[in-house]
Amino acid sequence: MNLQMIFAGFGGQGVLLMGQLIAYAGMVMGKEVSWMPSYGPEMRGGSANCSVVVSDEPVGSPRVEDADVVVAMNKPSLAVFEKSVVPGGLLIYNSSLIDEKPTRTDIRVAAIPANDIAAELGSAKVTNMVMLGAVAQLTGDFTAEELVDAMRHKFGPSKEHMMPKNREAIERGMAAAKG
Amino acid sequence: MNRQMMKGNEAIAEAAVQAGCRYYFGYPITPQSEIPEYMSKRLPEVGGTFIQAESEIAAINMVYGAAGAGARAMTSSSSPGVSLKQEGISYIAGAELPCLIVNIVRGGPGLGSIQPAQSDYYQATRGGGHGDYRLPVFAPASVQEAVELTMKAFDVADRYRTPTMLLGDGAIGQMMEPVTMPEYKPAETDKSWAATGWREGCGRERAIINSLYIEPDRLEALVRKLEAKYKAIAENETMVDLQYMDDAEYAVVAYGTTARIALTAVRNARKQGVKAGLIRPITVWPFPEKVICDAASRLKGVLTVEMSLGQMVDDVRLAVNGQCPVRFFGRTGGMIPGVREVYDQLMSMKEGL
Repeated sequence: MNLQMIFAGFGGQGVLLMGQLIAYAGMVMGKEVSWMPSYGPEMRGGSANCSVVVSDEPVGSPRVEDADVVVAMNKPSLAVFEKSVVPGGLLIYNSSLIDEKPTRTDIRVAAIPANDIAAELGSAKVTNMVMLGAVAQLTGDFTAEELVDAMRHKFGPSKEHMMPKNREAIERGMAAAKG
Repeated sequence: MNRQMMKGNEAIAEAAVQAGCRYYFGYPITPQSEIPEYMSKRLPEVGGTFIQAESEIAAINMVYGAAGAGARAMTSSSSPGVSLKQEGISYIAGAELPCLIVNIVRGGPGLGSIQPAQSDYYQATRGGGHGDYRLPVFAPASVQEAVELTMKAFDVADRYRTPTMLLGDGAIGQMMEPVTMPEYKPAETDKSWAATGWREGCGRERAIINSLYIEPDRLEALVRKLEAKYKAIAENETMVDLQYMDDAEYAVVAYGTTARIALTAVRNARKQGVKAGLIRPITVWPFPEKVICDAASRLKGVLTVEMSLGQMVDDVRLAVNGQCPVRFFGRTGGMIPGVREVYDQLMSMKEGL
């Protein structure tokens, strides 16, 4: 296994957290992992992205250029990172906010209306978790349980009451990805 | 302790606490501000002291004082802040006091950018401030290694009574990777030289912390003593990591995050049947010149990659000493070299372009 991923969107959409949870889940699976954020003059509403590598061997470059998986949460991210997907790779985009279709025909493309699904669940805050569910489903590398466990690790016991809603979001994302 | 995901800066700070550091003095600057942030919360829990100084200059002089009293003390900053500390570092080297300075390097010159860079190599490896001195400089390439080298840097500092530096680029500070905190026991060191208060009849000599020697012969004697110390450090503390070097015909020399990028490029070249390897200095001073010199006698070419206009490449050329061609590739200003760029350089070196 050597999974190279890019998560991109605007600041506030939780793209850095998505990457961290995948990296943590990979670590728990016994893999070598790295998570590297874009950092800089970033702010809510600005652009944010992170590179995640989950691998059987020690991770070389922590910065992903040629991605097996790109998750684009908004339109500018799709424009920037669509070309980063390797041929045969996977592009998952947030069709709630992106009205254009990706142009690549040599990759797998999945449209997930993440904001709409999150709205149905009554919380815009779980949009990223919906997307994460889609990632788990489409890569086949992660389970809902592993991702919820990663959240528990990240947020600790005081946030336990938020787990059912997030789990639901992940499962809805998985279902949406199954089509 | 279990394997856990940690950000480089936080891991360095926790490793320092585990290594017995109880005094941190610093001033925030991106991309290392998580170190003072972490210390401000963590040190009071273990009875330590955190001070956000009024400036980087004040912070390094607080380190000077704490180190003079025999405490494990540190400061951290990023490039412009480390420039400000240079006077204090020179004094600490002259007074032969142990401490740790962390530099999480960002693009320069000037205030520069806040993105990763390696353009402080000359400053770090040549002492940095005025006078005849060097610092042992440890350059981690992963978060786990940053932890181990932070602990090691404190031990080396105590053993040789010298300031040491942890030199990471912004990416090392900002990325998260799994960390297992090693079981750590500080090496036993005699700190009877520490100035902890003297009274008539207390039964020992006055401890004097000083870097001023008006008589030149006395200063020369001190500098010769430092020279002997630096020779011992070069002999005993040089660290280097070799990957795929057993049968390599071409080698990339790189440190820190750049070495990680180079490793992927080397693996990709190997997939194309090119016998490439990686030489990664872990200490950039002392520089692993013997290892590089020996390797060069068997190599067809060496490619040095840095996030700078080319600083370490000078040391590589000195070590290779004309035995094979040395090529340089760098990105600067906060730009990170890409795997493809490094791979292309490696392949074109092989093609003799």
